[in-house]
Amino acid sequence: MRAGAGVYLRLVAAGFRRWSTYRTAALAGMATNVVFGFMRCAVLLTVFAGTARVAGYDPAAAVTFVWVGQALIDMVLAWGDTELAERVRSGDIAIDLVRPWDLQLARLADELGRAGFSMVVRFGPPMLVGAAFFELRLPTDVIGWVAFALGVLLAVVVGFGLRFLLNLSAFWLLDWRGVFGLYAVLSGLLGGLVLPIGMFPPAARVAIWCTPFPATLQAPADLLVGRGSPALLLIHQLGWAVGLLWLGRIVLRRAERVLVVQGG
Amino acid sequence: MALGAQAGRTRRASGITAYRRLVGAAARSQLAYPASFALQCAGQAAAQTSELVTILVLFRHVRAMGGFDVRQVLVIYGIAGVSFGLADMIVGQLDSLPTYIRMGRLDALMLRPLGALGQICASEITLRRLGRSCTALAVLVVALSTVDIQWTVGRAVLVMLAPVAGTVILCSIWVVACSVCFWLVEGRELANSVTYGSSMFTAYPLGIFSSWLRRLMGFAVPGAFVAYFPTLALLGKPDPLGLPRWLQWSSPLVAVLSVLVAGAVWRTALRHYRGTGS
Repeated sequence: MRAGAGVYLRLVAAGFRRWSTYRTAALAGMATNVVFGFMRCAVLLTVFAGTARVAGYDPAAAVTFVWVGQALIDMVLAWGDTELAERVRSGDIAIDLVRPWDLQLARLADELGRAGFSMVVRFGPPMLVGAAFFELRLPTDVIGWVAFALGVLLAVVVGFGLRFLLNLSAFWLLDWRGVFGLYAVLSGLLGGLVLPIGMFPPAARVAIWCTPFPATLQAPADLLVGRGSPALLLIHQLGWAVGLLWLGRIVLRRAERVLVVQGG
Repeated sequence: MALGAQAGRTRRASGITAYRRLVGAAARSQLAYPASFALQCAGQAAAQTSELVTILVLFRHVRAMGGFDVRQVLVIYGIAGVSFGLADMIVGQLDSLPTYIRMGRLDALMLRPLGALGQICASEITLRRLGRSCTALAVLVVALSTVDIQWTVGRAVLVMLAPVAGTVILCSIWVVACSVCFWLVEGRELANSVTYGSSMFTAYPLGIFSSWLRRLMGFAVPGAFVAYFPTLALLGKPDPLGLPRWLQWSSPLVAVLSVLVAGAVWRTALRHYRGTGS
């Protein structure tokens, strides 16, 4: 018997509650995001020394880009998310696999709950600090906000899809820390956390947009400041969200076959 | 008393032996899987390279940053990167201090006749961070060979001493920041703002930051002394911010001072520690 939609909704709520027990940690992390926000603004604003626009950004759009990145980093990238890989290593994954649920959907539900909590605690404060110290570029109409909200939701799914695959690598790799280390570096640089992708040389720009990384932070940030076509950005995100989830299912099916449960 | 002095010497010698064994054991266990170790080194090198890419991409759009051209910024980046990689290697595992406290492992360390801080650092030294330092060192060597430097004995000594002083300063920052965890067990990420934050802050010219950020991350947390001031001294460049010239040569002194502060803070924190109880 497979679980119905009600179970997954309850998993979303459980994910929210589980993460809301770590309030101090969330606040500490948020404070760090704010410090980094100020530093990244300072670094990025240096490019406007002799010009008013760089790569389609004016200073207000650039600092908005920085602050929304800091506000979404925990929600979307979640660098420390190795829970599933640890369960593979410890063997607890066997229990997860025999439960009457779809493992990927269950993890996604838990992730949406976590993202919801992150939205409550870690999104608002950096944006407010950013707005207090800088002039931000925000949507002027409802459609802009709706597009941004959709972009954030898709970004969470893309981030989950990426990390689900990375976690599954633990079925084949003895030591998966290197994989997550590489993810942290690539997602920061290619996702648009450190620099807008538009600032890279043209060839690099094309190559980076061919990866899923811009769908995590660059796309929501561009939707917020109104740079580029919202429809194209959302299609890029949707494509990668569906593609990564589908790939995750295939890899999970393969992984189930290599799993050997010792003892009985 | 001669006898007392001798006993002290013996104890110190056995302490050094113990630390050497702890480091040796850590190194052996990390090198047990050479392929995995090589991959992790590459990961660290990639992390350092991403900061380099950031600087190079920014310089596609500007000629100078805070009064420094690209090669001069890369000298700052190089010294900062070597220092941060080494500091992260030596004290980076203090980030797991909350785990030590929660699991009661700190109590076990404190029962042993060696300092708790030394034990954590020695037994958890992370050699893969060398990937970071080596990348930064390579960039530093290239940058130093392309910028104009009037080499003097003083500058030759400084170029050797600066990464060491930088490492010591960053280690001290790390120790002070992680001491917060004795009061706030879940506050580890707060420490990141000054540890990893310093990694970013120290790699750029001081002048690009606003004045309160300079005061906070450059002087209260002495990040300006890691790479910025030594680079000015090496280049013989007047400070674009107009700060006094003697500051440029003061990094070794600041390193000594920060060790004293870090030591005092750590001892206070450890005295405050009462265990989590079980």
